[in-house]
Amino acid sequence: MKAFQYLRPSKVQDAIRAVGSDPGARFIAGGTNLIDLMKRGIVSPDKLVDINHLPLKKISYQSGRLKIGALALNSEVAAHPAVLQKQPLLAQALHSGASGQLRNMATMGGNALQRTRCPYFYDTAFPCNKRKPGSGCAAVEGINRMHSIFGVEKANATQSCIAVHPSDMSVALAALDAEVIIQGQGGERRIAFTDLHRLPGNQPELDTTLERNELITGFEIPDNDFGMHAHYLKVRDRASFAFAIVSVAAALDVKEGKINAARLAMGGVAHKPWRLFEAERHLLGKPVSEALFRQAAALGMRDAVSFGQNDYKLRMAPNAVVQALLHAAAIE
Amino acid sequence: MNNERIVRGEELENEADFSEERRFFLKQSVAMAGLSFLPVPFVTAAGGGDSSPGNPEPVKVTLTVNGTRHRLAIDVRTTLLDLLREQLALTGTKKGCDFGQCGACTVHVDGQRTLACLSFAIMQQSKKVHTIESLAKNGSLHPLQQAFIKHDGFQCGYCTPGQIMSGVSCIREKKAGSAEEIQEYMSGNLCRCGAYPNIVNAIMEVKNSGSQV
Ligand SMILES: Cc1cc2nc3c(=O)[nH]c(=O)nc-3n(C[C@H](O)[C@H](O)[C@H](O)COP(=O)(O)OP(=O)(O)OC[C@H]3O[C@@H](n4cnc5c(N)ncnc54)[C@H](O)[C@@H]3O)c2cc1C
Ligand code: FES
Ligand code: FES
Repeated sequence: MKAFQYLRPSKVQDAIRAVGSDPGARFIAGGTNLIDLMKRGIVSPDKLVDINHLPLKKISYQSGRLKIGALALNSEVAAHPAVLQKQPLLAQALHSGASGQLRNMATMGGNALQRTRCPYFYDTAFPCNKRKPGSGCAAVEGINRMHSIFGVEKANATQSCIAVHPSDMSVALAALDAEVIIQGQGGERRIAFTDLHRLPGNQPELDTTLERNELITGFEIPDNDFGMHAHYLKVRDRASFAFAIVSVAAALDVKEGKINAARLAMGGVAHKPWRLFEAERHLLGKPVSEALFRQAAALGMRDAVSFGQNDYKLRMAPNAVVQALLHAAAIE
Repeated sequence: MNNERIVRGEELENEADFSEERRFFLKQSVAMAGLSFLPVPFVTAAGGGDSSPGNPEPVKVTLTVNGTRHRLAIDVRTTLLDLLREQLALTGTKKGCDFGQCGACTVHVDGQRTLACLSFAIMQQSKKVHTIESLAKNGSLHPLQQAFIKHDGFQCGYCTPGQIMSGVSCIREKKAGSAEEIQEYMSGNLCRCGAYPNIVNAIMEVKNSGSQV
């Protein structure tokens, strides 16, 4: 590991300035992803700006919005009464991620910005457009059982990237219409969580739309009427402590037997948390039934592609959507 | 202090901190974490323009390990795990994967179980760390250590310190209500020897005995 300069600012603006003034500088929060990548030589910052002493840990509920500081720990958020009461889907998704030890260290901001777990991104002996732009994508013809089925064109795949965004939390935040609060040198801006991550296109080295010196200060989730009709389904290789192969966040607001509002997002299937907007629209105004859920899932799969080892996801993904919706509707 | 030359890894100070409470209760420490805003100075360390890789200036860190306060000069890249093992000679905490995947390095930081391999020591400034070495008291084993022996909770023993540190948290945090709950709580601690059912039994027994952990 390359040595680095270490800073421990206590003010948000100091932290932003410290990163802004040095192209080799990075923020560090829980460190559970960044230290992993530094040990392997995939990321080699000259300077680490430790943001753990910034006042960004608060979790509160105010005027119809749940507000969560970027430095709130995954374990704290998953167990917080306001989160359990207002946004149980987020608590479920957080709880399904990583292990208890890691959730005690991982922050909300760091979780959203964790890098992909694609084996070729991790193995510096292989080409990887995300790690080394222009070198190619070894996964397209390699080990790709964990990889994308959405958001990438098959013909263009080797110039792009078929890795997936690995966070469970992000899938729930995408489904719940969360907003991201971002502080830069020039001030604050807010974006929809679904606009935080980007599709790979011709710049797969960029995971998100953030500038390097922008700091996520928090997340806000507006109230909804899903109540307990929300479910996070995670399909994985073992019962616990494994990344999602496919995951689904489903939330339904059912009034007088008809679907009044629906949210569906998937994880483990694309370079970003994948909202199924068309499938959501299809559900609106219709009575709950398994047949309806199957139609919606089929609509959601319309643009899916696969690369060999991940062909199975074309069947697993719609089945997972149906299961998650059945759970959310409490039919199952 | 002005002309102090700090040799890497040299212990600068070491004093027993008697004021320190051995046990942290979950609720209390969660509440503290929510409120605390430590007035830590803007620290600059290591290098400052000189980014020569192999040989950075040592940085200073003060932390409390098993009740003893240590002031140390360390390489900025030192993980908490390497600090414990290599500099404080507390080799009970194990290095399994070094990448957060196995739980062998589980320790308690301010009462919460965390992974020492994915933490930089410099980021543990002012923290209270407890390792497996803190559990036995006056020559007698901790109830969970005893229960691991009774229930054959290990074969090779490599994962055991991490399992026990997690197991203690499992009971303290009241997550040992059923075998399923224990399994989920303990899923971050892998055991290549497959002692899992016996580990669950050991935790269950200590929880049911109502012993202070
Ligand atoms: C073995 C293992 C298994 C795991 N399994 C899962 C899983 O099943 N599901 C899952 O979702 N995750 C899983 N994870 C990933 C884990 O959730 C992430 O490592 C963690 O959430 C990252 O948070 P952090 O605070 O430690 O981030 P850090 O490592 O500190 O930071 C990550 C990145 O975000 C940047 N950053 C951090 N905070 C901010 C901020 N506020 N503003 C701007 N930039 C910021 C940093 O510069 C860095 O680039 C696993 C990790 C491991 C090691
Ligand atoms: S050594 Fe830390 S988790 Fe394996
Ligand atoms: S006892 Fe050997 S790894 Fe668990």
